[in-house]
Amino acid sequence: MGTFAFKMPDIGEGVVEGEVVEWMVAVGDSVKEDDPILSVMTDKATVEIPSPVDGKVISIVGEAGDTLPVGVVCIEFEVEGDGNAAASKEAPAPEAKPEPKAKPEPKAKPEPTPAPTPVVAETAPAVQRATGTKALSSPAVRQRARQANIDLNLVAGSGPAGRISHADLDAHIAGGASGASRARPMGSSARTELNGTEEIKVIGLRRKIAEGMVASYTTIPHFSYFEEVDVTVLEELRQHLNATRPEGAPKLTYLPFIMMALVKALGEQPECNAVYDDESNVVTRHQAINLGIATQTDRGLFVPVVQHVEAMDIWQSAEEMTRVTSATRDGKATAEDLSGSTFTITSLGRLGGLGATPIINKPEVGILGVHNAKDRAVVIDGNIVIRRMMNLSSSWDHRVVDGHNGATLVQLVKTYLEHPATIFM
Amino acid sequence: MQTKKCQVLVIGAGPGGYVTAIRAGQLGLSTIIVEGEKVGGTCLIRGCIPSKALIHAAHQFHKLAKHASNDGHMGISIPGPAELNMSNLVNWKEGIVTRLNKGVEHLLKNAGAELVIGWAEFQDAKTVKVGKGKDAIIIQAEHVVLANGSVPIELPFMPYGENVISSREALSLEELPKHVAIVGGGYIGLELGITFRMLGSEVTVVEAMDSVLPIFDKELRRPLEISIKKQKIKTHLGVFAKGVEKAKDGRTQLNFIDKNEKDESKMQNVVVDKVLVTVGRKPNSASLEPTGVALDERGFVKVNDRCETNMRGVYAIGDVCDSGEMLAHVASFQGEMVAEIIAGHKRAYDPVAVPAIVFTEPEIVSVGLSPDEAKAAGHPIIIGKFPLGANGRALTQEAEKSAGFIRVCAREDDHRILGIQGVGTHISELVGEWTLALEMGALLEDIAGTIHAHPTMTEMTHEGVLATLGRAIHSA
Repeated sequence: MGTFAFKMPDIGEGVVEGEVVEWMVAVGDSVKEDDPILSVMTDKATVEIPSPVDGKVISIVGEAGDTLPVGVVCIEFEVEGDGNAAASKEAPAPEAKPEPKAKPEPKAKPEPTPAPTPVVAETAPAVQRATGTKALSSPAVRQRARQANIDLNLVAGSGPAGRISHADLDAHIAGGASGASRARPMGSSARTELNGTEEIKVIGLRRKIAEGMVASYTTIPHFSYFEEVDVTVLEELRQHLNATRPEGAPKLTYLPFIMMALVKALGEQPECNAVYDDESNVVTRHQAINLGIATQTDRGLFVPVVQHVEAMDIWQSAEEMTRVTSATRDGKATAEDLSGSTFTITSLGRLGGLGATPIINKPEVGILGVHNAKDRAVVIDGNIVIRRMMNLSSSWDHRVVDGHNGATLVQLVKTYLEHPATIFM
Repeated sequence: MQTKKCQVLVIGAGPGGYVTAIRAGQLGLSTIIVEGEKVGGTCLIRGCIPSKALIHAAHQFHKLAKHASNDGHMGISIPGPAELNMSNLVNWKEGIVTRLNKGVEHLLKNAGAELVIGWAEFQDAKTVKVGKGKDAIIIQAEHVVLANGSVPIELPFMPYGENVISSREALSLEELPKHVAIVGGGYIGLELGITFRMLGSEVTVVEAMDSVLPIFDKELRRPLEISIKKQKIKTHLGVFAKGVEKAKDGRTQLNFIDKNEKDESKMQNVVVDKVLVTVGRKPNSASLEPTGVALDERGFVKVNDRCETNMRGVYAIGDVCDSGEMLAHVASFQGEMVAEIIAGHKRAYDPVAVPAIVFTEPEIVSVGLSPDEAKAAGHPIIIGKFPLGANGRALTQEAEKSAGFIRVCAREDDHRILGIQGVGTHISELVGEWTLALEMGALLEDIAGTIHAHPTMTEMTHEGVLATLGRAIHSA
């Protein structure tokens, strides 16, 4: 038996540390090589790390929310053979095997084997706090309880003699103090007051999102601009293309058309397809049109990227968009899939709504929000007619994008979408 | 007249006040501390520290006397008796005191707290005047911390003077008195009495209660009582001191009488060079009247568990307040706490255990509940003891000679440790572990499961706990 120490691997270019999202194994678990053991999140992506060996977990480092630097030993396994770690202490001998070693110092007189003391006598007798006694806890726990206005006498202690640990206090806070329900003078109601609270740690991806949003919203003066687009003609085209689509081609939604329209519009308004490094005060305009697609996943918001849309036709862009968003939802997106966008599209799909004020995906300078298309009554030439209408919302970094330019971009997109043939010219 | 403003004004730079000021400074509060004498207070200047210096010297002198006796001691002998120069001894002690005094001044400065020397005269609860005339300074504060401390109680019928002295003067005598009478056999009287005895004075203790150190139980007192007897310190118990008069030979005569005796003709006396009165200390609260803070009937400032007085923004800590024992470490703890409360932290004074040490020979230490107190509080208890005589380290430094032991008291049902006491030479250094054990809510099994370094006296704590569990290794 040996010990195999596994170091936090280098999980991506330039990544020096990762935040533990979840340990999928616990000490004592047996694992097979390539079983997932740890999920770590970097500023680029969440990565599942597979077990490097077959073995039994003997120690793990860090818990959810902790940051582990690359190269630190994060887990140790007990493995067949020698392992890779110089065992710092002897591995515990298997209990079944008797020790063949001779005793180094035979004692002069043979000692009778003492009768084993019953194990019970060695352990603290009572687990619960004796009634009428004060709650046992360390000064640090008492101080925390005071800070949180918690009476320790009401907290269940899991330690010997009911001693209250930090974990017990956590559990008490998470569970909410359960008070006896009040007597109701008007007769009993089936509805009871709920006083519980749940604390959710803002860690991992959620913290990254939070930090990103704050960075964007506090440094970028956003201006938002809304417009409606008549997509009646586009809808006819879309239906036609879907009905006649080649074998194996994806069904087209509005998004691929909007992506193609953006390629044309951003080409004409290059100041909108840019990233702004506000520390060195440089705006870099990109020829490439790499469109971020804001994607809701079980784990939170991600922005996978369709790279070089300018080099794609509508089928390719639809296919690539489906690929990156599915990969992201399945947690399989690569770091590359999740970086490099020059402009972002956000769509709430069926929750589309009328309008929104999207927050810019910093360091980009603009974002386009797409709302769902509906048949609406519209006035054309003095007549009320039914048209399929779609609203667009947009936000711009007003430091480097003037209102005129942002509005022009949206008007260009509108024009292309209303005359869809021009998208493909 | 200069006016200063600050967020925190601390009155008194003893172990309570100076800790408050340093912590307040660390927390970024503008802080002024006013001290009438020297920074350090009773503890550093005229109490704990100087007395421990003299106690150490007395032990040293006492040891040398052993080595100078006919056959020497431990195989070490010196040719003649050691000689004591009291004035030099006091100078050496002053050197230690000065070092600590300067050290604390330095700490205050580093923490950004301003020290003002002079007596603080309260104008109202938040305003004090320091000094007189045009040099006077007015200090206005948002928060005031009263750390005025305490002073020795004076007996009205025998006021302090040249030959009737308090502990303060006893620590600075230029000449060793040949015979000292001590009125009050509490911890201060006994610490100093034993010190004088070891330095060569004759010592007589006069105590109103039926035993010396009545705050400790009989079992714990016993080794000390034997030691006092062996050291040939005379004790008169259950007697009241009645006053002093000038004896025929010009020395001082202390009169005392059995406390149940009405007949004045049964008055007894002892003729001595100095009478040391150690009947306790009282809060130094006489000057607090203009602040409007409420005092209890004994003159202590009334405070709650946050050391807040009845006046908003006025706190009292240490000996002057009615919370906690009159001990330097209590004052320091409260001072740190009050500074944090002023800075907006949520704190309260709720220790599980406050250690108390008497630096007699042998020393007595107690933390938590004694068996009697535990029983009175309704705890079902188990007790274990371990003697110094069975500890190797104690033997090598002759600490077992005073027949000391440690005693552990725990709850029988859940094994939580309720209190640990000990008596013996060098035993005071064990109290850190005991206090931590109580604060952490340790069970007997926690200490039993902790490896204690060999060879040290701390092994006795381990053994005492094992004895409580009924399985001590090194005692029958």
